[in-house]
Amino acid sequence: MKQFEIQNVKDTRSGFGAGLSELGKTNPKVVALCADLTGSLKMDAFQKDHPERFFQVGIAEANMMGVAAGLTIGGLIPFTGTFANFSTGRVYDQIRQSIAYSGKNVKICASHAGVTLGEDGATHQILEDIGLMKMLPGMVVINPCDFNQTKAATIAIAEYDGPVYLRFGRPAVPNFTAADQKFEIGKALMLNEGTDVSIFATGHLVWKAIEAGHLLAEKGINAEIINIHTIKPLDRQAILESVSKTKCVVTAEEHQLNGGLGDSICQLLSREMPLPIEMVGVNDSFGESGTPDELMKKYDLEAQNIVDAALKAISRK
Amino acid sequence: MNKLSASELTATSSQVRRDVLRMVHGCKSGHPGGSLGCADFLTALYFNIMDHNPDFKMDGIGEDIFFLSNGHISPVFYSVLARSGYFPVEELKTFRRINTRLQGHPTTHEELPGIRVASGSLGQGVSVAAGAALAKKLNNDSKLVYCLMGDGEIEEGQNWEAFMFAAHQKIDNLIVTIDFNGQQIDGSTKEVMGLGTDIGTKLAAFGWEVLDMDGHNHENILETMAKAKSMAGNGKPIFIMMRTEMGYPVDFMMGSHKWHGVAPNDAELANALSQLPETIGDY
Repeated sequence: MKQFEIQNVKDTRSGFGAGLSELGKTNPKVVALCADLTGSLKMDAFQKDHPERFFQVGIAEANMMGVAAGLTIGGLIPFTGTFANFSTGRVYDQIRQSIAYSGKNVKICASHAGVTLGEDGATHQILEDIGLMKMLPGMVVINPCDFNQTKAATIAIAEYDGPVYLRFGRPAVPNFTAADQKFEIGKALMLNEGTDVSIFATGHLVWKAIEAGHLLAEKGINAEIINIHTIKPLDRQAILESVSKTKCVVTAEEHQLNGGLGDSICQLLSREMPLPIEMVGVNDSFGESGTPDELMKKYDLEAQNIVDAALKAISRK
Repeated sequence: MNKLSASELTATSSQVRRDVLRMVHGCKSGHPGGSLGCADFLTALYFNIMDHNPDFKMDGIGEDIFFLSNGHISPVFYSVLARSGYFPVEELKTFRRINTRLQGHPTTHEELPGIRVASGSLGQGVSVAAGAALAKKLNNDSKLVYCLMGDGEIEEGQNWEAFMFAAHQKIDNLIVTIDFNGQQIDGSTKEVMGLGTDIGTKLAAFGWEVLDMDGHNHENILETMAKAKSMAGNGKPIFIMMRTEMGYPVDFMMGSHKWHGVAPNDAELANALSQLPETIGDY
């Protein structure tokens, strides 16, 4: 099992803030909007350095999505910022009609996704956002795994012409991907080549998958671990190549099992290559208050859950 | 494009109304009431008030641009776009039919020239227009952004978010007109959801400049819109209370909400067309 060096421990939302700040310097077309969560979204630096390109919209997310759609018409590239819950479910019809159906080049940047939002509880912990957004025709859905990758993804989506949903989180997590990486939308990243089971993980669960890989190696199991940072478009080729070798699958995500990464991979494999698959995610439940670590444990989103799923998948071969 | 006079606009809007009725009758669906009521205004907008280019470019840089928020009055929007040269007038006959670019509600999805955003799900147009107006400011583009919305539509909360935002941001290159016909699907707007006061008072309290306009008098429309244009750049967005009658001027279509979303039958079409002179030529 390959060793990964933890450079530091940082929140992915700060990766977004760093990426946006860099875009402010390099791309004059980039503008930003925020719904009264500038500090939480780490958009302060952009706001300070480019006040003429930053729009505080107040607690009015529906309007924010419409204004963003309008800004694209003059050739600008708007990045909207609020929590994932308010970036998706609250404004679904605005995104559907004014952005997705209208083909507008809006970057919907969503923080505090999943249970790791923590103490605020289920009202703020959206676990359905990937599903909501991936169902919209033409919407790109990205969930990077650490600070460096979130920064790189933020920079990359400015170069892509079309609507994008970029999902990231609140807690500090191991930052282990390369600081100078070039982010390629839709390109799965091989983290560890293996032969016994394919583990496809996204977002915060990528590091958990690496931890699981080490635990499995102690049991003599050689897991292939792939970071699926882009849920849509899905890297079908990378998934099929891996599974054709390992013959069984585990998916891992901080999201409902319904509608998430695992759901997308099940759809692919049931059509192209039906094989044993186990899924780690939240099983048709809302979250609750607690620390991020407590919640990850309670909702079965730990490395050990991935290990157990892998053993089960292997036993079903 | 030559700007039409008030009398020429009135003649043109008669043809636009014939288009509306024939389109809705042709596919046996659509929304004739509000389309007829807004025909005078939209004809004036596209044939006199706006500086626009029928050689359509999405970014609209260097020209005035328009957003229709109450997308269900697509027939009148399509007619003025076709009649002002955005696409062939013949294409109006495809309205709401399979494989058409003239979808039931306007969309960019089929790439119909003249449409800059999809609308139909109500309450979203003012936000989009405000964003487009901000983009014009950032692009140092001195042209204006126009938006038309319905008065029933104002019940959607997003509008009030947009009203606050546009005033707060001093978006003074934005002119929003409301089709104040007092009717919506389930009855009069007063019966369905009373506002407690008139819309203009509310908008003024939100920090907008508010003007009143007779939506069926082209001289008044031109005069009011000229005044609105002259107010642009003064730090406030501009709101126009356009008084109209749903179904105007077809006698049996006025005075109620009945013709909001109902297509006329053959006899009703003939009756309505007999009240509207064919001034340019039917498609």
